[in-house]
Amino acid sequence: MFASHLQPNLSPDTVEKVPTRNGYGEGLLEAGRRDERIVALCCDLTESTRTDQFANEFPDRFIQVGVAEQSMASVGSGMAAMGKIPFIASYAMFSPGRNWEQIRTTIAYNNSNVKIIGAHAGVSVGPDGATHQAIEDMAIMRVVPNMIVINPADVHEARKAILAVAKHEGPAYLRFGRSGTPVVTTTESPFEIGKAERMYSRDESYEKKVGIVVTGSLLFNALMAAKELNENGIGASVLHMATIKPLDGEALEAFASEHGALVTVEEHQVAGGLAGAVAEHLAETIPTKIARIGVRDSFGESGEPDELIEHFGMGIGSIVEAAKKLV
Amino acid sequence: MQYLTSKEVLSLELKANSIRQSIIEMLTEAGSGHTAGPLGMADVFTLLYFGILKHDPKNPDWKERDRVILSNGHICPVLYATLAHSGYFPVEELLTLRKFGSRLQGHPHKGALPGIENSSGPLGSGLSQAVGMSLAERIDNPYSSKFFYCLTGDGELNEGQIWEALMLAGKENLNNLIMIVDRNGIQIDGYTKNVMPLEPLAEKFESFNFDVQEVDGHSMRAMNDAIGKAQAVYSQPSVIIAHTIASKGVDVFERDFRWHGNPPGKGPEDRVPKGEQAAVALKKLRTLADTIEAQDS
Repeated sequence: MFASHLQPNLSPDTVEKVPTRNGYGEGLLEAGRRDERIVALCCDLTESTRTDQFANEFPDRFIQVGVAEQSMASVGSGMAAMGKIPFIASYAMFSPGRNWEQIRTTIAYNNSNVKIIGAHAGVSVGPDGATHQAIEDMAIMRVVPNMIVINPADVHEARKAILAVAKHEGPAYLRFGRSGTPVVTTTESPFEIGKAERMYSRDESYEKKVGIVVTGSLLFNALMAAKELNENGIGASVLHMATIKPLDGEALEAFASEHGALVTVEEHQVAGGLAGAVAEHLAETIPTKIARIGVRDSFGESGEPDELIEHFGMGIGSIVEAAKKLV
Repeated sequence: MQYLTSKEVLSLELKANSIRQSIIEMLTEAGSGHTAGPLGMADVFTLLYFGILKHDPKNPDWKERDRVILSNGHICPVLYATLAHSGYFPVEELLTLRKFGSRLQGHPHKGALPGIENSSGPLGSGLSQAVGMSLAERIDNPYSSKFFYCLTGDGELNEGQIWEALMLAGKENLNNLIMIVDRNGIQIDGYTKNVMPLEPLAEKFESFNFDVQEVDGHSMRAMNDAIGKAQAVYSQPSVIIAHTIASKGVDVFERDFRWHGNPPGKGPEDRVPKGEQAAVALKKLRTLADTIEAQDS
């Protein structure tokens, strides 16, 4: 059963698709209106990262850094040192991809109140190809002390995540996608930093059961897979972990205990991201069999978002197959 | 701009000498760390903290203070020694440099020690942070008289991020930003002109919309005048290329790039044997102090 707060009648044919980056734009503007300490920085990608709405309304609080991601990270740190709350935006491939050391030293080690916005994450960037498809970003950010890592599922969650990190004191990384992402949650759905949400609950009458742990843009695929599994005699549930760090260990342990076996689903390398975080946590608490859905140690390539998701084994059918093998 | 009397100059020189002695002592005790840069920049740091800055060592978080952003974090012994001599923390604590549990980390950590404005070590990021601070200040107070002094090395200018930051500072006309380059001509692998030539450096800065001055970094009066002029520039950021001598004050260490990353006791042996390096350095500095004191009386 779908969680009651989700969109009604979710199905591939009717689901609305909106880029999660739109949620950044809306959330930033809203947060900026509430708190004048908020400033936005961008590297020549103002429209594309959806920083433009904020920039238009608050031109004095917007810094156009030019194509200089390394400097942007440290400029953000400097502004935070003076009491500002900088949101620094570029494509995830360049920030945190190119400027990881500046983020580590001048934002995380300084414990600066800087929010790092990585747009165009995942292979669903599409035609731009592998150079622009960040599928390692969660891994490199998850290992940095003081850093929070959030991967919102859709436009509503993206907006809520921005409002939440604006109030949170300390560094945070948030990743967003380029292409239309199925709108699964509603404005009423709960969001809290560090809290996983059960989005689908299994049919408890089945003996066979499996848990699907998903993060970000693939939540819809995970939900559709769970629905199909439940229609075919397998009790599948979905736990959405929008926050990769800090990981909601309590929810994860309960989910693992309940289901016995898990499938992790992420638009990211299967190494180091959600699967890595889940496996590390459960290895120390409740050792659990895990099948990992994601990109398997390869680069992306050009194509349409949906065909790339299918090609790299992250479609609904792939999740169903992985789950069936586990039970 | 405040004129320095001869008496004030001698007093600053004597203070710089004490700071150099502390640098030798702390590096020797640590058994690792950088010697050339800290000794070379002791005059500039002394002038800043004892002659220029609006600051309050007893209230290091005072909001109206000027900011010193050390970009080349490896010369932190001179920052630590100057902070201690200014009263930010006890001078005795200098001997904990680089030791386990110390607030004096091998490279500076913001928050670990009063007076440290930024973490640094990986080169090239301090200038961007200073630019960010200056931008933030301008949003809050366009007519601020707060200054942001960013100290960089010259080898550090090899970093691409420096030029990213220069572009932004020049574009934004950040008149409260004063960059001071330690132009000692050396870096780890040799002379800067061989490792990566920088000249014509002044022209490069000028082309990035900076007001540029080239000054003897060991002349208190010249540096004081230059900083005063930089403060008076109202339409663009400033850079002072401070020509310094690596390891200044200990003639047998001076100008030798092999002293960049070695402490006394582990430096090149052709002029002083390792075992005598610390004692020789301290003796030379004390002799120099006597000379300064003699002029003062």
